[in-house]
Amino acid sequence: MALENPSPLGLLAPVPGSARRRAVNRAVEIACTLAAVLAVAVLLLVVISVFIKGAPAISWKFLTSNPQTSTLNFGVNSGGIANSIVGSAILIGLASAMAVPVGILVAIYTSEFAGPRSSSGIRFALDVLNGVPTIVTGVFVYGVLVVGAHQSGWAGAIALAIVELPIVARSSQEVLVLVPRTLHEAGLALGLKRWRVVVSIVLPTALGGLITGAVLGVARVAGETAPLIFTSSIFSNLGLTTNPAQAMPNIPVTLFSLSESASPQDHAQAWASALVLIAFVLILSILARAFHARSMAKLSH
Amino acid sequence: MSTSSAAPRGPFRLRASLADRIGEPSLRTLTAVSALGVVLLILWIAETVVNQSSTAVSQLGIGFLGHQVWDPNHNIFGALDFILGTLVSSFIALLIATPTAIAISIYLTELAPRAIRRPVAILVELLAAIPSVILGLWGLLVLGPFLTNHLEPFLKSFLAWTGIFNGTPSPVGMLNAALILTIMALPIVTAITREVFETTPRDLKEAAYAMGATRTEMIRMVVLPLARPGLVGAVILGVGRAIGEAIAVTQVIGNASQFQASLFAPSGTLAAQIASEFQGANPGLWQSSLMYLALILLVISLVVNILGRLMVRRTAVH
Repeated sequence: MALENPSPLGLLAPVPGSARRRAVNRAVEIACTLAAVLAVAVLLLVVISVFIKGAPAISWKFLTSNPQTSTLNFGVNSGGIANSIVGSAILIGLASAMAVPVGILVAIYTSEFAGPRSSSGIRFALDVLNGVPTIVTGVFVYGVLVVGAHQSGWAGAIALAIVELPIVARSSQEVLVLVPRTLHEAGLALGLKRWRVVVSIVLPTALGGLITGAVLGVARVAGETAPLIFTSSIFSNLGLTTNPAQAMPNIPVTLFSLSESASPQDHAQAWASALVLIAFVLILSILARAFHARSMAKLSH
Repeated sequence: MSTSSAAPRGPFRLRASLADRIGEPSLRTLTAVSALGVVLLILWIAETVVNQSSTAVSQLGIGFLGHQVWDPNHNIFGALDFILGTLVSSFIALLIATPTAIAISIYLTELAPRAIRRPVAILVELLAAIPSVILGLWGLLVLGPFLTNHLEPFLKSFLAWTGIFNGTPSPVGMLNAALILTIMALPIVTAITREVFETTPRDLKEAAYAMGATRTEMIRMVVLPLARPGLVGAVILGVGRAIGEAIAVTQVIGNASQFQASLFAPSGTLAAQIASEFQGANPGLWQSSLMYLALILLVISLVVNILGRLMVRRTAVH
């Protein structure tokens, strides 16, 4: 071979250009790591901004009293957001009372009764429903329930339920699929009918995963604003309402209108409301995610 | 079947079979009706939006899509600028989010120490848990001033010639909206990309390493080509998220009904326009035109989501 190899290592020497290749590799690795750092940094930046700017306005009074506005202080709210907290709790409660059972029923249908074709069809339909922009969901409920009538807590809750339904159904499907086939078959072999297998074996086994999946749905829907601005945003009074037949004040819509205002006092209140909302959503998501991973892992082996 | 030998169990069996006779069909029907309900709900949503927009559709026709002016005071309505605003804001968002998501997914599947993979993945996913109205508030009051005072003058200083980084820096506008949408699309694109990368067969990766490939070369030769359809699907689903976002965009885009080439200028999108004007729109052509915008938005997002799901599914199969 006429190949000239100046290296004392002979054929074991690095291939020409390997220094460049290693440098490229290093650069790509660093860039990828930086991207991950950047994403986490953005999350922290937003969360920390909300905490720093929201904390000063948080007080017992803010959490437990209703908004107090008067022309004396130019319509600026000197009270709190108790009415929105209560309203949000009721809206989310009603929405989940509708979406969670129906979502689990849909999941049971696809995992227990439907054939493979219709099962993947339903799964697809859920993904499509999940892809409907939430503002369109709001407009839909407005068109069906608010036109010709008036805004109400019910309309808001139904709009939220439509957003929540595909999330709960999809996560429930993923959990139900993990219930071991052998448990099913054992039940069927004992002469149990399918419904009995579902009620006595599948659901109890999957319970943990179903609950945490539902909680993730709640966390997602708690911050939804778009479905509510046409359905539960015009409040006749600023007092505490527990009647879903009327429009109910709620944190997302309150926060939205405070953020649209130009006054710094309103912005302070907006940050404080954001702190209440983000704390609720993040705590719920983190807890649910931790338990969800655990119960999924338990199921799958 | 020896029924006679089971005489003492008779009553039990009768009770059980009665429960079975009611329970079995009712659970089957109940679940089937719920599942059918999902499909009907989608059709009902489409039907309602079509119905509510019928006044505008019949008066303005398909020309609405190509008409630029939106002037409720003179009853002139056109959707073109909002369609452009929607496309441009989502395009920029995905232009930034896609490479970032791929990089994060490579980090999470190939580089990160095993112990921190899950925590980092969860943190990135938590980005999607931040309510959009809070992201909008942050965009308006934190990101906006930063853009006006620092980023936009900086970009303008050497990119003004492009025409898109020109004009007066402003806290609200297209750039702010696009960045907020980037933050919203990033976790979705990352989640799918990561899942797709995780399906890369181990032996192919090892084959590449055995041939002396560096990690970067292995990713370029094995991971990325195999993941291509899934990546496209992930990007499309990210677009779906960005197109449909109304609240955060309406908070930071400035809600102008005119589209301008400058990214600093206020603009509007389909979703944001509905969110900002629907309350104040009087019933009639104005409200119906907003419903027409909702119809366009619904059609675009249905097409985008169906396409994206099909692409992601195709990769999941292999």
